[in-house]
Parts: sequence; structure tokens; C-alpha cells
Amino acid sequence: MAEFILERGNYWAIVGLMMIGLYIAFSPTNLIKRLIGLGMFQTSIILFYITLARIDGGTAPILYGVDDPKAQGGHGGHEDAGHGETTHGETGSGEAGLDALAGHDASAGQPVDAQDVPEALQHIAESAHDAAAAAHGAGFEHVYSNPLPHVLMLTAIVVGVATLAVGLGIIARIREAYGTIEMDEIRAMDIELALSEVSEQPGEQTVEKGAGV
Amino acid sequence: MTSVLDTVLAIDLLNIMLLTVLFMTAIAVARMNSLFAIVMLSGVFSLTSATWFVALDAVDVAFTEASVGAGISTALFLGAMLLTARSAKPVRREAQLLPLLVVVATGAVLIYASLDLPQFGDPASPANTYVGVSYLERTVDEIGIPNVVTAVLASYRGFDTLGEVGVVYSAGLAVVLLLGIGERSLGANPHKLDESGQSEGDHHVVLRVVSKPLLPIVVLFGLYVQFHGDFGPGGGFQAGVILAVSVILHALIFGLGAAMRAVSPGFARGLAGFGFLLYAGIGVWALAMGGDFLDYDALFNEPPGGHLGQHWGIILIELGVLFAVAGSMVAIFYAFAGRVSEIRDEDW
Repeated sequence: MAEFILERGNYWAIVGLMMIGLYIAFSPTNLIKRLIGLGMFQTSIILFYITLARIDGGTAPILYGVDDPKAQGGHGGHEDAGHGETTHGETGSGEAGLDALAGHDASAGQPVDAQDVPEALQHIAESAHDAAAAAHGAGFEHVYSNPLPHVLMLTAIVVGVATLAVGLGIIARIREAYGTIEMDEIRAMDIELALSEVSEQPGEQTVEKGAGV
Repeated sequence: MTSVLDTVLAIDLLNIMLLTVLFMTAIAVARMNSLFAIVMLSGVFSLTSATWFVALDAVDVAFTEASVGAGISTALFLGAMLLTARSAKPVRREAQLLPLLVVVATGAVLIYASLDLPQFGDPASPANTYVGVSYLERTVDEIGIPNVVTAVLASYRGFDTLGEVGVVYSAGLAVVLLLGIGERSLGANPHKLDESGQSEGDHHVVLRVVSKPLLPIVVLFGLYVQFHGDFGPGGGFQAGVILAVSVILHALIFGLGAAMRAVSPGFARGLAGFGFLLYAGIGVWALAMGGDFLDYDALFNEPPGGHLGQHWGIILIELGVLFAVAGSMVAIFYAFAGRVSEIRDEDW
């Protein structure tokens, strides 16, 4: 049970951070503080993706040593042969993984004690671990983490700062129009304006509008 | 075996330490009302998570988070804070209850869902088996550069990245439309800005003297990050942000006027557009040579197995990314900073 908790402790910690970010994003009335909460929420989600991409015993996905393309350059034929082998090994491990998954489903269908499930999971994970380690070892000297989530999160960070800039620009304009960036005060002003527009004459209403803009 | 266990233990301890810092920062942000402290703490949050990204093997992401999250975001927040308010209104106690309930319920549901997730570091998890592994294996033969993250970013998923560069460019455009171009406010009262820049410098002689030799090094580092992106962590996004930060640093220390004389706002905006067009132009070049859009193998019509087209394609589109990101970020900063002098009258 302790193993089960340790293996997923990261996820729970990230969920905790995410929820603090969510709380900051919609509890305060201050718009800038809300944007900061949104940013923390986003960072937590990125942490979650990167956690999923990590592989035990792996390193950053930058090929080095024997795996470096520069080190292998010059003999293309050999490379091609190695590549064919690699794909073969990969499909083999995929089948093994599927078998393990099927086994998992079967065991999950039966009524088992809550204590047994983590152990069964652990066992399956270990066997799958071996199969995958074989697949990872087939192509490369070293084990690398999964590069795809890294790419997606890298661009997500940059797009995040771009949208953040637009949000801050809108907040700056709100401050100029209303004189405040507290949401409840803005809402009170809007309601007041709307009520005064309803009670006044149509002619005066346009004047009021022009003055407001 | 013991050494392996020691390493695992060390990484676990590091994880726990960094998570503790993250939690403390997040809770402090939730409880504080001074916007300046909140913005600085959000920078600390970004920098700490960047450190954790390194521990999780995501060096490129860590680089981006450190330069974007802790660098540009903090500068933008400070710029927006100067335009709006210094402190947030404290939240009433009864108004905190409903958000707290919603957050706790959401967290409970997410933790319940996390029980089905693969264990941490599992190489056989669905996320780590199919397409990610195949990118790793094919990069050696098809792209021929060591940094797989750059290969996927610039070549395999080049179309996505073009879209992201477009988003960054249009965000710069949107901010300029919202806040106006920076030089108009400069033209309105050039003396005031110049004077304030001058007096700033007089107050911070040490800062001025120290930062003057530092700025070229920052630019040089940005260029290193740009051109070393194929071989190590880095690339156009990070380098663009670092170059933009060097301009922002110049503006913060020597005054906005001096920075605008060095890098004019019009140049920054033009650079952003040029970068996006350069990126799209490489795609059109590949089309003209008979390949698919952004298919770098077609650039020089080389026989299969050659990597010349891939190398040149990646270098050129990374340059496009650099120009677009640096130009947009500088333009956004100018838009915020150029507006400051217009509101100085109200309650702070």
C-alpha cells in the first residue's frame, strides 16, 4: 500500500497545487490575482504532463554518446539495418504490453480484496517494465524520457504567456474605464449604470452613454 | 544496487523539497493581498517548478519555464500592476466558502481519477509507448540532430509550431490594439520620460554600471541558446524570450526612452511579422520544390538519407520563431510601459 501511495504521490501533490491555483483563480475579486491563479493552475497542469513523460532510469531526450547521430554518421546501411530491428522489437513489446493489460482487466473483473489489487498492479507493472526496457534498449545505449509531452508543454508555456499578455492588456483598459480592478465594484457600477439608464429618458440615455465612453 | 537506491532516494527527497516550496509559495499567494508580493511569489513558483522540470528530465521545458514564467511573465505582471493597482481587496470570509467547497470537491474527484493512472516513471504506460518512442527512434535516421525535442518541435510537428508562432504574433497585435503603440506616449511627453530615466539612473549608479557589461552577455547567451538548440536544450522560443528580456532590462535600468532608441517599437513589430512570414515562407519553399508544406526533405531535392534539408529547414524556422517571439514580446512590453505615464493621477 505504501508503494502504491509513493508511486502516485506526485499526482496527488500536483492535484493539490492545481486546486490552490484554481482557488486563487476564482475566489479573489482582484482581476490580476485571478490571472496569477490561472497561471499557477496552468503550471500545475504542465507539471502533470511532464511527470507522465518521465521514465525510470531515463535521462533528458537529447541523444548523447553512442546514440548521437554524429557518432553514427558515415555508414547509412548499418543504420538502416539497426532501424529495422528496432521497429521489430517495438511491436513485440507492444504485444507484450497488450497481453499484460488484458491480464489486468481479467483480474480486475473478479472480486478481489482491496489489498490485493495494488500488488497485482505492481506485478503487472513489473513485467511490462521488463518488456518496455527491452524495447528501449533495442534502439539505444541509454534510456530517454518521452520527448513528445516536452514539446507540447514547451509551446503551451509560450502560448500561455501570449494569452496572459492579452488578459493583462484588457485589465489595464478595465482600470482606465472603471477606475478599479475589483470585480464586485465593477459589477456594482455596471448595475447602477443599467438601472439609471432604465429610469431615465431615451434622449438623456444617449447623452449618458456618450459621457460614459 | 545500493547506489541506485541512493539515487532514487535522493531524487525522492529533492521532489519532496521542491514540492514543499511550491506548496508554501502557492498558499502564501492565496493568503496575501499585496499585489507586488504576489507577483514576485508567482515568479518564485515558476522558477521552482522549472527546477523540478530539470529533475523530471524535461530540460527544454525547464528552460522555457525559467525564461518565460519567471522572466517575461513577471515583467508583464509588474507592468500591468503599475497601470492598475498595488493591492488586492481582501476577500470576505463568507465569500471564500463556496470556492473552497468547489475546489475541494474537484480535487477529490481528480485524486479518485488518479488511482487509475500508470505509476510514476512507468516506461510501459500508454503515454510513453507509441508515438513518443517512435519519434526518438526515427530522429536519428530522418532528422539527424541529437536534441529530439527540437526535432519534434521544428520538423515532425512543425505545423503546430507555426500555429503557435501565429498565436504569439496575434497576441502581440492584440495587446498593441488594446493599449496603443508605445512610442505615442513617448512623443507626448519626451522630456518627462527622459528626465525620469535620468533620475532613475542617478539613484542606481551601481545597478547601471553593473548592468552595462551584463547586457551584451545576455544577448550573447540568447544567441548561443538559439544556435545550440539542435544539440542541447534551447531553441527559438527560449532565445527569443531571452533577447526580449535584455531589451526589457535595458528599459528598466536606463529608462524607456533609451531602450526605444536602441530598439524602436516599429522595428520590434516588424520583426515579429517578419519572423512569422519567414517560418511560413520555408513551408512555401518546400511546396515550390515539390514537397509537402514544411517538408524540409524537399528543400534541396536531395536523395533519401541526406540531412542537409532538415538541418537548414530547422535552423531557418527556428530563426523565424526567434524573430517572432522576440519582436512580439518587446512590442507587448513597450505597449504596457509606454502607457504608464498617462495615468499617474488617481489613488496611488
